[in-house]
Amino acid sequence: MVQSQIQEKRIVFNRLWLAFALVVVLLVLLCYRYFHLQVVQHEGFATKSERNRVELIPIPPRRGLIYDRHGRLLAENRPSHQLVLVPELVQDLPQLLQDLQQLIQLDDNQIQVFYQRLSRARRPHSPVVLRDGLDDSEMAALALERHNLRGVDTQATLVRYYPYGELFAHSVGYVGRINEEEMRVLDRGRYAGMDVIGKVGVERTYEDVLHGTPGFRKVETNVHGRIIRELERKPPIPGQDLILHLDVDVQRAAFDAMKTRERRGAVVAIEVETGGIVAMLSAPSYDPNLFVSGIPASVFNPLRDSIDVPFLDRAARGIYPPGSTVKPFVGLAGLEQGVVNWQTTIRDPGFYRLPNEDRVFYNWTWATRRGGAGDRVDMVQAIAESNNTYFWDLAYNMTLEPMHEMYDKFGFGRNLALDVFRPAAGLNPSRQWKRQHRQLPWFAGDTLNTAVGQGFMLATPLQIASATNILANEGVVVHPRLLKNTHSGELPLIIPEPEVIQLSNSDDWQQMFAAMRQTVHGARGTARPHIQSPEYDIAAKTGTAQAVSRPDGSERMDPKTLEERQRSHALFNAFAPARDPKISIAVVVDNGESGGRAGGPIAKEVLDAFLLGPPEARLGPHLNNQERFRP
Amino acid sequence: MSLNSPAPRRHWLQRAVLAVDWPLTLLLFALCGLGLVVLYSASGGSTLLVERQAIRMAIGFMAMMLIAQMSPRLLFRLAWLPYLLAFVLLLMVPFFGFEAKGAKRWIRLAGIGFQPSEIMKLAMPLLIAWYASRKPMPLSLWHACLALVLILLPTLLILNQPDLGTSLLVISSGLFVVFLAGIAWRWLILAGIAGLSMAPVMWFWVMRDYQKQRVLTMFDPETDPLGAGWNIIQSTTAIGSGGLRGKGFMEGTQSQLSFLPESHTDFIIAVLAEEWGFVGVLVLLSLYLLILTRCFMLSAAAESVFGRLLAGAITMTFFIYIFVNAGMVAGILPVVGVPLPMLSYGGTAIVTLMAGFGLMMAVTKTRRLA
Repeated sequence: MVQSQIQEKRIVFNRLWLAFALVVVLLVLLCYRYFHLQVVQHEGFATKSERNRVELIPIPPRRGLIYDRHGRLLAENRPSHQLVLVPELVQDLPQLLQDLQQLIQLDDNQIQVFYQRLSRARRPHSPVVLRDGLDDSEMAALALERHNLRGVDTQATLVRYYPYGELFAHSVGYVGRINEEEMRVLDRGRYAGMDVIGKVGVERTYEDVLHGTPGFRKVETNVHGRIIRELERKPPIPGQDLILHLDVDVQRAAFDAMKTRERRGAVVAIEVETGGIVAMLSAPSYDPNLFVSGIPASVFNPLRDSIDVPFLDRAARGIYPPGSTVKPFVGLAGLEQGVVNWQTTIRDPGFYRLPNEDRVFYNWTWATRRGGAGDRVDMVQAIAESNNTYFWDLAYNMTLEPMHEMYDKFGFGRNLALDVFRPAAGLNPSRQWKRQHRQLPWFAGDTLNTAVGQGFMLATPLQIASATNILANEGVVVHPRLLKNTHSGELPLIIPEPEVIQLSNSDDWQQMFAAMRQTVHGARGTARPHIQSPEYDIAAKTGTAQAVSRPDGSERMDPKTLEERQRSHALFNAFAPARDPKISIAVVVDNGESGGRAGGPIAKEVLDAFLLGPPEARLGPHLNNQERFRP
Repeated sequence: MSLNSPAPRRHWLQRAVLAVDWPLTLLLFALCGLGLVVLYSASGGSTLLVERQAIRMAIGFMAMMLIAQMSPRLLFRLAWLPYLLAFVLLLMVPFFGFEAKGAKRWIRLAGIGFQPSEIMKLAMPLLIAWYASRKPMPLSLWHACLALVLILLPTLLILNQPDLGTSLLVISSGLFVVFLAGIAWRWLILAGIAGLSMAPVMWFWVMRDYQKQRVLTMFDPETDPLGAGWNIIQSTTAIGSGGLRGKGFMEGTQSQLSFLPESHTDFIIAVLAEEWGFVGVLVLLSLYLLILTRCFMLSAAAESVFGRLLAGAITMTFFIYIFVNAGMVAGILPVVGVPLPMLSYGGTAIVTLMAGFGLMMAVTKTRRLA
């Protein structure tokens, strides 16, 4: 009994010792595991826990404002209310969206965009925008139903607004939602927390300056993404405010002039001394505000498909044969080459026949000029009445190269503008160009066409205005630009030292001015019947350019419209006052037929607005401009 | 050992007032105090939770002291009774029990809801110790097999509720008795091999999907970082980020910002590890080791075989709680619902544990049984 008791005790004792040893070993193992996690791997886990709790929330900067030359706002940021959803709080999303559609205006497109945003990576419990620009009645409706709408909230944001609407759609441009493609290329850090970017116009060209730098809030969040407290804050740096050369009054004059005549086309007006673009209009236009928070397809598609192509910036990207507007430059080339002088006259039979060729080039004046054929024509008259025969003869004697070179000096076939959004370069043709692109040699007939701005030659209204401005500057190549100044005074723009076109006889400048003055004020001037200008002298040139025979979208046009679209384009370039030029201008009227008749009056109204002030100001001092143009 | 040896000298308090083991009681007191402090932080500064937990601890201490007064002879005689009771109640659970969190574990008796499986945690070692101490030692294979049947029957019932954590504790409390009763090593090894070969069977036919998932996530929590792996990723992050000294009391970002799930119940050791660092963990584990050592001393000092087996099994089960919980939170064991003794918030576990210590004190306090 005692023996077995002792044995039993020994057995249990041994096993207890064994168990104790096991316990100690396992506890040491456990200790080692904690040691490994807490001491060996500490750093990695510390970072991980820090990433868990700390969140950087970007604070978008205020986008720089855009002013016209007199300090009127062209682009501003308006407070707006957005409808946002916190998906984590929403129980039945489709049902909620349906309910919301009863309360506020919400179309399927907006819902689709919302789902796209929802599918992107986001911080939990962060709101997702469903609709922008809630109006007061919608805000009221939402406030009333708030208790039934879990997860629905409104938040205030700044939304870009263009008070002048379609007036500056092409020049100032607009911002729009950052699209997938832009998302790939842009610097995410600089666009943290932002969803718009400059798309066209100044908004695009000066995107880097206007944009600003986002700040951030470093916050501590819990597992649900709810913000517990703010740890650190770095304020955003607002974008720079820009002051443009654009002038609301002048732009409006151009806009109204086009609109009242129901014309399509472009107007570009440049301040002579600075090259500042005072007005740059493309008609018809559209409301840039439509793009800011996403343009619905129902609005976008008709605009995109319109045969009037309102989205095309005719001023900087519309390429037209410049027609007779280039004759002053050809004239200067001829004078410089000594092919002609101011006394040279030719006999104009109403047509021109190249030596050794049967082809006859008919002068347009042949049918209209009372004097008919046989007049002796000098340079002044050839400019004033836009005589083709004179310039054909001149060009034939001069050959292409000096003419091409002079065109190039005046900026044809290249871009002189410093900050215009994607300007077209046009075409200043050469023998080499033709060989390369047409696989044909250069004919004498091509030289003749080029001398009157036809044939292969193409230019934008901006280029014509710019060339005219260089002329008005007596050869100083001033680069056109939109930006006048910034609020900081720093110009984010390199203004090149202007080149100067040297003429061997500098009197030729003033002589040419006088010749161009005859266009408006001379007895035979092509613009004389259409412009009455008692206040100041205008030096001008008119032009007509053949339109393409099958314009874009012609298959959808009725015969009457098609006939109208096949008419020639009317061009008009000028500067004023003729003796002391302050402003240069180019007007192109699509299918306007006659430069003087269609373009002249439009140019006159724009010149008046710049030189004499807006119509209201001319009536009396009691009207306040600033008030008048506030939307 | 002579028969006329003098009665062991005992402290006057022990003789006059209470038959409890004071060193163990004091250690448990310290552990409970530490538990309340950690719980205060883990619950985000909730005095309500701490108060409730303190009340449970008080009940636990009272239960311990009460049970400690029972005579070992009476315990020995009635050792089969709790098992029978708990077994009957366990059989009733599927029919009369009610569900909570997807498992049917609770039963209502006289208006009070409780888990019969919780009773089984103590009833099991009581019964097996009672059974084994009546058989000759070392335990023969035949007797061990009979004991195994007695162990497995209620375990399967609990596993079926399902409650993996409790069945693990119940089965180990029984098996420890068999182990302490001196079952031959060859059978132990054989059983080990059999258990291992049963693993595939368990995996494919017995374990439920969520249980398998827990095992899988232990090996690689990153496969499902937001689902099954979340708990382990967050708990190891909490522990690891605590470093040597910890982030400071109430300063643990993982727990205070709710990244750590179940921070005041099963994962409370991560709170301690995050806020008090490795130093805190060492203090806690040392305290546990002291308690375990004292328990082993008591077990060895028990005069009856029954007492030694019972006390030893309860000690080992107490260790299983600690090891499984701390191992699970540290990511070296699969997630099993086992609370950390005296730290995890929750009623029944504390009372059961304290009652267990009461049993241990009861069977080890006197030599009368011998």
